[in-house]
Amino acid sequence: MLRGGIMESKRHSVLVRITHWIVALSFFGLLVSGIAILLAHPRLYWGETGAVGTPSLFDLPLPFVLAHSGWGRYLHFLSAWACVLAGLIYFIAGLFTQHFRRNFLPTRGDLDWHRISNVISEHLHFKPSHEEEFWRYNVVQQLTYLAVVFLLFPLMIWSGLAMSPAITSVFPSLVTVFGGQQSARTIHFFVTNFLVLFLFVHIAMLCITGFRTRVRAMITGYGGGKRSSHE
Amino acid sequence: MSDLFTRRNLIITGLAAATGTAALGVTALLSNRYNLIPPDYGGIYGLGETLTYAAQRPFMARQSLAREFDRNEISKVAPVNGEPPEIDAYQRLLAGDFADWRLTVDGLVTRPLSFSLAELKRFPSRSQITHQACEEGWSFIAESTGVPLSYVLDLVGVRPEAKYVVFFPFDDFWDSIDMLDAFHPQTFLAYGMNGRELPTRHGAPVRLRVSRQLGYKSIKYLSRITVTDTLDDIGKGLGSKGAELGYSWYGGI
Repeated sequence: MLRGGIMESKRHSVLVRITHWIVALSFFGLLVSGIAILLAHPRLYWGETGAVGTPSLFDLPLPFVLAHSGWGRYLHFLSAWACVLAGLIYFIAGLFTQHFRRNFLPTRGDLDWHRISNVISEHLHFKPSHEEEFWRYNVVQQLTYLAVVFLLFPLMIWSGLAMSPAITSVFPSLVTVFGGQQSARTIHFFVTNFLVLFLFVHIAMLCITGFRTRVRAMITGYGGGKRSSHE
Repeated sequence: MSDLFTRRNLIITGLAAATGTAALGVTALLSNRYNLIPPDYGGIYGLGETLTYAAQRPFMARQSLAREFDRNEISKVAPVNGEPPEIDAYQRLLAGDFADWRLTVDGLVTRPLSFSLAELKRFPSRSQITHQACEEGWSFIAESTGVPLSYVLDLVGVRPEAKYVVFFPFDDFWDSIDMLDAFHPQTFLAYGMNGRELPTRHGAPVRLRVSRQLGYKSIKYLSRITVTDTLDDIGKGLGSKGAELGYSWYGGI
């Protein structure tokens, strides 16, 4: 592609870029509203039932604030629809375009403990990333994205649906496999924590490797200059 | 110049937008025809509400049943929010053990009727042990006993144009449900809980139980039931007091 007279190569497809930002925005909406809902009853239980006066799994060190659960719930479901629909488009397109297989699936050689610990130690020592890493995910990134796309997000949707009395009346096993409605709520909370941890590391890595370049790449598709060497 | 704006892409985008708009229009017409639009469909949040309601309703049309539990799973603690209505009318009935209480059923029905507590108790009763979750996050399992709402609705004869059943309690928290939930086998007028009379704070003398929705839809302290084809002229037209305060009309979640 000609841009300012220099040939530039594309980093992210238009579909990945659009769905990325819809998911990012809706995840923010889900997180804020999720906290608002949680504050109405910041205690977590295991099994079918739980309430003040019954033993909890643990009490979060947060105050009981009832004022926000109304708008919180409205925003939670609006954001959930945006997130799930964009996520579904990304997921189906990712399967069709081989995005997951080409970019996320580690090669047999990469799935080596030495290589994985090497990548982790380089990151922990804030070593500048290799030029090729702008174009290709390293094995730790690949495993992380696989976990986020194929494990954490599906588990999030599943545990969310398991809390719905309407949906579990049609599909009771959605909730019984978790051991009850309150267990589903607790799992929903824990998976949120993993996703927030991912978000923090994701943003931290952007800052370390070049925030502007990488954010520009996710907005315009470009930003890494000409793709060198292989390909 | 980005490759986003080539002539081909513009044509494709235009066609996609036109198809999308047409599809939205057809969807809106069909949704209205099949009652898939909730009364609180307006505003930015209404979009999410409408999607949830319209997506769940077709699945639930087969009248799926909420999970029922064993007697030994009944919770020892069954918390409740709110206090009984303070108004004189309710307090007098409470003091008289609800001997003079009557439930009026009117609106789009062929025979408007009113029932005493003793009359309701003589009708065929139903007991069920179900999970009741508060929108705040806590929950309990309890046994409820009462008369199926469908039995009472059949007695008064619901007219074919009816779309909603509205419940007026002695406090402000009026609410409504659609005909699918009104005729659901697990929707009933409950006067007993865990083998005893319904405790005052749980909604004595009679509360609604809507088993496939969150607890706040199970309206307490019932006084009157009205069958209607529109919710526009009740309150702010959002279908419930809860929706006016920010709690979705549809609580199937």
